[in-house]
Amino acid sequence: MDFGFSISPSSTINLDKVDFTLYDRLCEIEPDAKKCMACGSCSATCTAGPWTGMSVRKVILGIQRGKESEAEKMLKGCMLCGKCTMVCPRGINTRHLILSLCRIYGEGER
Amino acid sequence: MIDRFASGFDPFVIPFLIGMVFVLGYCIVGAIRLVFQLDHADRKRFLVSLITPKTIWKNIKDIFLNCLIHVKLWKRNKLLGYMHSSIAFGWFMLIVLGHIECFVYMPHRVKLFYYPIFFNYFVAENEYTLRGAIFFFLMDFFLLMVLSGIVLAIIKRVRSRLFGMRRTTRPSLLDRIGLYSLWLIFPLRLLAESFTAHISGGSFLTIPMNMLFKAFLGDHMNMLPTWWAYSIALCVFMCVLPFTRYMHIPTEMLLIPFRNAGLTIKHARKGFAKAQVYSCPGCGVCIDACPMSVKKANIKDTTVYLNRNIRRGNEKRIEEISDKCLLCGKCTAVCQVGVDGPQMRIAQRSIRNYGLDQDYTGFDISAMKASVSAEPSPGRVLYFAGCMTALTPAISQAMESVFRKAGVDYAFMDKDGGLCCGRPVLMAGRFEQARELIRKNKEIIQASGASTLVLSCPICYKVFREHYKLEGIRVVHHTEYMLELVKAGKLVLEKGEGSMVYHDPCELGRGCGVYEQPRELLRQAGELVEAAQNREMSICCGGSLGSLTLGFDKREDITRNALNNLVSGDPATIVTACPLCKGTFARYADRPVEDIAETVNRHTK
Repeated sequence: MDFGFSISPSSTINLDKVDFTLYDRLCEIEPDAKKCMACGSCSATCTAGPWTGMSVRKVILGIQRGKESEAEKMLKGCMLCGKCTMVCPRGINTRHLILSLCRIYGEGER
Repeated sequence: MIDRFASGFDPFVIPFLIGMVFVLGYCIVGAIRLVFQLDHADRKRFLVSLITPKTIWKNIKDIFLNCLIHVKLWKRNKLLGYMHSSIAFGWFMLIVLGHIECFVYMPHRVKLFYYPIFFNYFVAENEYTLRGAIFFFLMDFFLLMVLSGIVLAIIKRVRSRLFGMRRTTRPSLLDRIGLYSLWLIFPLRLLAESFTAHISGGSFLTIPMNMLFKAFLGDHMNMLPTWWAYSIALCVFMCVLPFTRYMHIPTEMLLIPFRNAGLTIKHARKGFAKAQVYSCPGCGVCIDACPMSVKKANIKDTTVYLNRNIRRGNEKRIEEISDKCLLCGKCTAVCQVGVDGPQMRIAQRSIRNYGLDQDYTGFDISAMKASVSAEPSPGRVLYFAGCMTALTPAISQAMESVFRKAGVDYAFMDKDGGLCCGRPVLMAGRFEQARELIRKNKEIIQASGASTLVLSCPICYKVFREHYKLEGIRVVHHTEYMLELVKAGKLVLEKGEGSMVYHDPCELGRGCGVYEQPRELLRQAGELVEAAQNREMSICCGGSLGSLTLGFDKREDITRNALNNLVSGDPATIVTACPLCKGTFARYADRPVEDIAETVNRHTK
């Protein structure tokens, strides 16, 4: 029966079942990933943000929680302009973080 | 002149012949391989350039000036210039004169490959000696010239500072063998020719030698061993040459025609790129020039080490070096063979494998197109501020104010955010993605009906100039545009108080060759002082987007060093023409930093 509304899918994340390989690998290459305090400066300045909802903060959060496909969608829109790196109060080289992620995506399958 | 030996041969020429055949064979095969590694269009272009009179002349001129006279080195340091040109030009003249001598006196021996080199051993003077005196004199003169160069080279090994070089590379083992054999060739030649000075003729150098060292040179038992030693020194040098830095000598003669044919790097390791790698003499001039090398950091990440590692095939280091560079282009500006460090690195970055590729095809640009679209009109200007200006809104505000003051009909393309110009993606070696961004931006620009595109960011300016090909639309940087407005009388600049120094942004100066326009503007706005190193020698602010791996915590020294250079004339304000430079300098500067648009805006009513 269609009520015109439905229950939204569960957004619960079971961290015990999350595969952290991507995040661990990222921390190996760019240990600064751990420094992120999710302030959102990167999201606010992002050139790609208005186009694709790209946000480095969300990307880091996503791969910390096993939401890789969401992170992937955002990463695809990055234009590498580097504004996020300039504004990051934690001094994270976000551009390198993004490029490293792009490189290691699907590394195991290759 | 007459033959001393009927056969015209002695076994000591064999080592020389082996070396000569080897090095010639190696270079010819190598040159053919390099030419075949070029893609079809480039190869055609290169071959056509070889038969075009204009480029033939340019090739000859450039090879003569750069490979023999080393003009660029002379400009850098007189001693360094003299050292190189005395060895290169002196040796070249010895070879040429040796052949002429042979042609004139022993025409029947010309076909013998080795004969002109060991001419003095094989001939004896007769009653016509006086006719040859001028040759004897010239041969001794050029030998002296080479020897003086060798002496300087030895001094340079010990004290490179005398030659204007603070830091240099450590030669490898083979480099050392090549170097010492090169040093030995000429003293041995002098000695060998001194033996025969009274037989085959000599001049101011060899005859006195022959007389002074009678005890050694008078004993004919010593003669053949010396000629053997000379021949062996030549052999060793030529046999190790392909594996040492001295490979730059023959390769540069190929690189110059390549460059004059207008080739660009298409493959990271083959063709033009390979010619650049082997043309690198490993002198290390780029180490002192590199902005990253301040406080002795990152020395091993300079272009000379990139070339060395590419030659050795050390992939890990190639990746590190090419990713770290700021792509400021100063190494290219100081390089006497013109190895294009930034382009080489971008090429290395382009062959990376990525598991995830960026894709901008889904970006819907219709709203942006609609916001700027207008009927084409000749006076209409489109202003593209770029991503970096978005972080320094004072620049775009100043630009808008300038437009209004000058009464310009303008549209602000990325007022509410836009697409990136594509240069950062291009610098990361992602060419396909850059093309997509370029295509999209081009569509928006063409819909705007503007006849002029004004950019306030040199990073954008470079990519717009080189990759956009906007037919019918003029692309100008805001420094050039504002100067045009001033010259047309639409903008009146008033001279203000306080001195200013102008910082040449890498992408605008070395990248696009714009040096004069901003200075002309600033001179009208106030007193302009110059930095210690400016124009082509300007030092990167350290904020560059070129580097992929260098974190901001590691850039502070670079920025401070660049600032120290700028404030040497104690200016009241630092003016630049790049939003990124402005932002970077403002972090550490002890005085105001502003963009030229702000300066102009302040000084106009």
